Amino acid sequence: MYLGIDVGSTTVKVILYDSEYNIIYKKYQRHLSEVRQTTMDMLEGLNEYLKEDSFIKVSLTGSAGLGLSKDSDLPFVQEVYSTQLSIKKYLPDSDVVIELGGEDAKIIFLTNGFEFRMNGSCAGGTGAFIDQMATLLNVSMDELDKLSFLHDKIYTIASRCGVFAKSDIQPLLNQGAKKENVAASIYQAVVDQTVAGLSQGRVIKGKVVFLGGPLTFFKGLQQRFVSGLNLDDESAVFPVNAEYFVAMGAAIYSENENEITYADLLSKVKNSENNKKLTNTYQPLFSNPEEYEMFLKRHSRNNVERINIEDYEGNAYLGIDAGSTTTKLVLISDNDEILYEYYGPNHGNPVEIIREKLIDLLSLKREEIVIKAGAVTGYGEDIIKTAFSIDFGVVETIAHYMAAKHFNPKVNFILDIGGQDIKCFKVRNNAIDSVLLNEACSSGCGSFIETYAKALGYQVKDFAKKAIYAKNPIDLGTRCTVFMNSSIKQAQKEGASVEDISAGLSMSVIKNALYKVIRANSAEDLGENIVVQGGTFLNDAILRSFEIELKREVIRPEIAGLMGAYGSALYAKSLAKGISSLISFSELEAFTQSSTNTICTLCTNKCHLTINEFANGKKYISGNRCDRPYEAGKKNNIPNLFKIKRKYLFSLKGIEGKRGEIGIPMGLNMYENLPFWHGFLTELGFNVVHSGHSSRKTYTLGQHTIPSDTVCYPAKLMHGHIEKLIDSGIGHIFYPCMTYNFDENIGDNNYNCPVVAYYPELLEANVRRLDQVTFHRPYFGLHRPKDFEKKAYEYFHEHFNVTKEEIKKACKSAYEAQEKYRKFIIEEGKKAISHARDNNLAIVVLAGRPYHIDLEINHGIDDLITSYNNVVITEDCVSHLVGKQKLAILNQWTYHSRMYNAATYVTTQNDMQLIQLVSFGCGTDAITTDEIRRILEEKGKFYTQLKIDEINNLGAAKIRIRSLMAAIQAKEYSNG
Amino acid sequence: MAEKSEDRIIFTKKMKQEYKILLPMMLPIHFNIINKLLLLEGYQTELLDTVGNDIVQEGLKGVHNDTCYPALLVIGQLINAVKSGKYDMNKVALLITQTGGGCRASNYIHLLRKALKHNNLGHIPVISLNLSGLEKNPGFKLKLPLIIKMVYGVAYGDMLMWLSNQTRPYEINKGESDLLVKKWEHLLTEEFINPINLRMNKVVDNLSLIVKEFAEIKLSGEKKKKVGIVGEIYIKYSPLGNNNLEDFLLNENCEVIVPGLMDFLIFKADNRMVDIEIFGGKRIKYKIIKWLEDFFIKMQNQMIKAIKENSSFRTVAQFKTLKSLVKDYVGHGNRMGEGWLLTGEMLELINMGINNIICTQPFSCLPNHIVGKGMIRKIKDNNSDANIVAIDYDPGATKINQENRIKLMLANAEE
Repeated sequence: MYLGIDVGSTTVKVILYDSEYNIIYKKYQRHLSEVRQTTMDMLEGLNEYLKEDSFIKVSLTGSAGLGLSKDSDLPFVQEVYSTQLSIKKYLPDSDVVIELGGEDAKIIFLTNGFEFRMNGSCAGGTGAFIDQMATLLNVSMDELDKLSFLHDKIYTIASRCGVFAKSDIQPLLNQGAKKENVAASIYQAVVDQTVAGLSQGRVIKGKVVFLGGPLTFFKGLQQRFVSGLNLDDESAVFPVNAEYFVAMGAAIYSENENEITYADLLSKVKNSENNKKLTNTYQPLFSNPEEYEMFLKRHSRNNVERINIEDYEGNAYLGIDAGSTTTKLVLISDNDEILYEYYGPNHGNPVEIIREKLIDLLSLKREEIVIKAGAVTGYGEDIIKTAFSIDFGVVETIAHYMAAKHFNPKVNFILDIGGQDIKCFKVRNNAIDSVLLNEACSSGCGSFIETYAKALGYQVKDFAKKAIYAKNPIDLGTRCTVFMNSSIKQAQKEGASVEDISAGLSMSVIKNALYKVIRANSAEDLGENIVVQGGTFLNDAILRSFEIELKREVIRPEIAGLMGAYGSALYAKSLAKGISSLISFSELEAFTQSSTNTICTLCTNKCHLTINEFANGKKYISGNRCDRPYEAGKKNNIPNLFKIKRKYLFSLKGIEGKRGEIGIPMGLNMYENLPFWHGFLTELGFNVVHSGHSSRKTYTLGQHTIPSDTVCYPAKLMHGHIEKLIDSGIGHIFYPCMTYNFDENIGDNNYNCPVVAYYPELLEANVRRLDQVTFHRPYFGLHRPKDFEKKAYEYFHEHFNVTKEEIKKACKSAYEAQEKYRKFIIEEGKKAISHARDNNLAIVVLAGRPYHIDLEINHGIDDLITSYNNVVITEDCVSHLVGKQKLAILNQWTYHSRMYNAATYVTTQNDMQLIQLVSFGCGTDAITTDEIRRILEEKGKFYTQLKIDEINNLGAAKIRIRSLMAAIQAKEYSNG
Repeated sequence: MAEKSEDRIIFTKKMKQEYKILLPMMLPIHFNIINKLLLLEGYQTELLDTVGNDIVQEGLKGVHNDTCYPALLVIGQLINAVKSGKYDMNKVALLITQTGGGCRASNYIHLLRKALKHNNLGHIPVISLNLSGLEKNPGFKLKLPLIIKMVYGVAYGDMLMWLSNQTRPYEINKGESDLLVKKWEHLLTEEFINPINLRMNKVVDNLSLIVKEFAEIKLSGEKKKKVGIVGEIYIKYSPLGNNNLEDFLLNENCEVIVPGLMDFLIFKADNRMVDIEIFGGKRIKYKIIKWLEDFFIKMQNQMIKAIKENSSFRTVAQFKTLKSLVKDYVGHGNRMGEGWLLTGEMLELINMGINNIICTQPFSCLPNHIVGKGMIRKIKDNNSDANIVAIDYDPGATKINQENRIKLMLANAEE
């Protein structure tokens, strides 16, 4: 008999064959991280079929099976390999196998060259991801599946990892998108992830077999895969026992192993319990119960007075914090006491929850209480403000500062960890001096603990309690949640208890906040007076971890979860005049909300809009990147160099010429060098055709040929641009490799980054359809004009029989065209600056790489900034105004040098601020961001960084920009 | 390229007498030799052999977390040592390699200084070890004889690594290969005391002797899977960076093949010439570099000759073979980080019949997007037996995920 045991990240699967390979037993069970015990229980269940002295052959497989096999000394087979074995046995004519597990996703190409792939270390889109998303929607996995069938629309959800997707989904929910559509979109994200992350250049076609739990149980997911991969009933195979294929493969593999008795097997697995060893652990959070008591006592001091609303007479102020996952609401008195409070999850519909709570509140309120004003903050600020006619909207940072100041007027550091945001602000001179938000990759910490607790079958409160007395908290690392998942897997493998995991998670959340977001080196960096807040800090384990890590006591207001709402109420109070515009009790009762979807046609962005209509006749539009849908036709006349540069570049059209068409992919350094190549090639008689603006579609067009899923988004888009050009039927594509950039004498060297420099070579090696065209990717350097002329002659003479005279002329027009563009930028920059000064507008230098002006790369951040009445200029408008800077880093990339210079210049101009755009995954920006921050902060300027990638959501960008502006205002105010 | 010196602490002649110089561990055998060479020059160097989670933690605190993992580890290791209390904080200097070039790795030294400042250790001098004349210090001069010694050291290091990798998995008397490595590390550096041994001929003799001694190690005839390791230079060699990859593979019953450092040296020299060929530049500079490259190549040829004449060991590849192999893949102008050399090493391994390859890199390594991960598809298209797995290393990546992927690669190696 053959026994296969598949111990995965979330489940254990056991299969028992007789000697003829008939299945006599199978079982599938979640192990809730009790790996050994669950396996043991399942094996003991075999006693109906096996006697103690029955001989069997056995092998283990699966991600958590490896550790168990080592400790129990049982044979192990890698899980993809075992899948291959069972496929060979049951479905030998398959071409491709796609297997989704709890935390792994795998693809195996069986025909036309065997190949296998597993998800990289930065990839979600797996069972755990769907689990997490279902929790977010507050439905069970089965309900999610059912909902997905009722969709009428698919939203774009970032497919790279759970955290990203979450930050796409949350705003959708908050903006009233239908759960049915979100459910189907979640599945679509899984499909996209599989195609983008795993197929990497191979086309998924032929007979495709789908395996693993999620693909067995969720029919909606099956449907999305079938339609997403253009398969039919014949070619898409969902076999019986799909969830057991890996275990079956292990059983088949065991054929060549030695026989052991059933009793032996049981004792081996049982004894493996003794081989526990824990690698990296921390000290316990509390060494004894007394210490915990003291801790609780100390923190209970920071409370707010409550007054029974029925006993109060006088003015009152309403504060609402419509957060990403929770809704908070308070009503305060003239003396800042709390009259009414609510804290709870928003279940994806903050509007409904707030309506309920307002009805409750207004029914308690008597005539003796006058609500003077209300303010709302958080993700849902706009929609709530519109729906309920709240007086004020306030940016989250200000709301939290107002609240923190109430507890400690000297507060100089506030750290707020919410459902999926980490926010922290430094306070200097009574104003918010710097704002830090977590980057997309480490967000989701609070809700991650919740999801994880639920996955293990605990309420988050109980899960947190477990941490308090953990003996060996595990070090789980400090990256995004996907990484933590696998660290947990490893810890489980080593036999860690739930207590230790819970405590370890708390430490990770804190270390994330401290070292990834705040980038702190020591407690001194944070200052003396620290206030922590946000729902996540209600968890004692997290609070304790923070104090341990900082070696410092901090203040956690007893209303840590309500601070946003409380601060909003204080804000409302500070601005209150007359009576609040809040809608009435009867209006609330008659309140209705309906939402429709449409595509905005006012510009090329083609935003997907969700229009919410409320009973009061008010409309709330979301999904837009600018104000145009509100004020159709009204033009934004504020100078915006992003737009001006785009217009210039896209006005460079090809001219019919004797040498025919040549294509240029419009991305990366082409946003810098297009004028040059356009001038050069046009002069040579080529009709220059470029691939146009990028869009989400450009990305999808090329995503199947991206070999490295951690490269930056601008590079990924190039694949689509190449496909676009090939589709257009063009014969030649020109995209040179360029180690060097122009030398502007502002750095120690003039390099491009490796990705910009050599991406053409990657495209050639991975975009198979490039065979259909002639792809020109010579090495050229434009920084040495004479050498360029020589080299260009060699190349173009060989390939196009171009003469020396022609090259000479072409070089002349090329350098002239580039110089014209450079001057144009400087001139337009000057104009923009004087427009700003004439009209008393602030100026923002939106600094980044030239290709950040691409619409799909910046997602309309430039428009967003001008919509707040700021003039937008670029780094190359001002970088020539100062000389080469002495820096603390090696200054050898031209694009970087421009940013350093622009930052330096900004420090000399009172009305200028710099905002840096950073593409996610940009390795060189790990260096520039710190240095630009240093340049700005040393001279008392604010530093604001916006990280961008395929995520199409400007929520975080908005908060930062608004906070920056609030901080500038406060600073100006305090300076008089 | 040369930088202004006023913003850094210069390592003075006086310091040479008084200061302890700490070296991070990068390539175990080679750095041992280099360390000994420096000791013989009168520097009080110490090669750090520290390991453990504290190094990672120190790195995470001191360096931007999105910086590449090697920077984080090297800087973490140095700062961790400085803070350990083992050294006089006012009498310690740090040494770090500096390559220049368009990869962000050329910033290690600056990031180290930043991290020192953050830790209020800005007074500690940092010495750049480079062959490009990047930063100069009166108390630490790479004079020609020392450079030549170091090149010999690299040749010895490569030879010891190359041969011991071929004997270690099969040796009948366990530990014999490592003992031989230790013996020669010591012997060779002692020899350098006497300038008379600073001759190519002597080195050639030694190389032959080394080969002969390794050829005497008794080997079992068993068959093992052969696995090549290529990748980003630090992660590829450093056990701290790659979670003891070589040990893991040995335990999995594999023979490990790691291309040597000499290729990298030749590559770096070659780059400068190619740069001039492609983009233009001064001929005189070209000639000096050509001389240097020829010297490296001569060394490599001697290594090959020594192996061929004295044993049946697998020989190292010639640089020019590597260079010709990448022709249909990447240009020779692709030089940032490991550049085309990395692609070349994968192709050369396959040429040798070693189809199982682990391509290691720090998470999100910029050059390796192109020359590593970016070329695997095409290599597989052209070599159907190629069995390549790319593994990312960073502070958050867990050993279990890495090992699982490697095991999958190994499982398919049996096919």
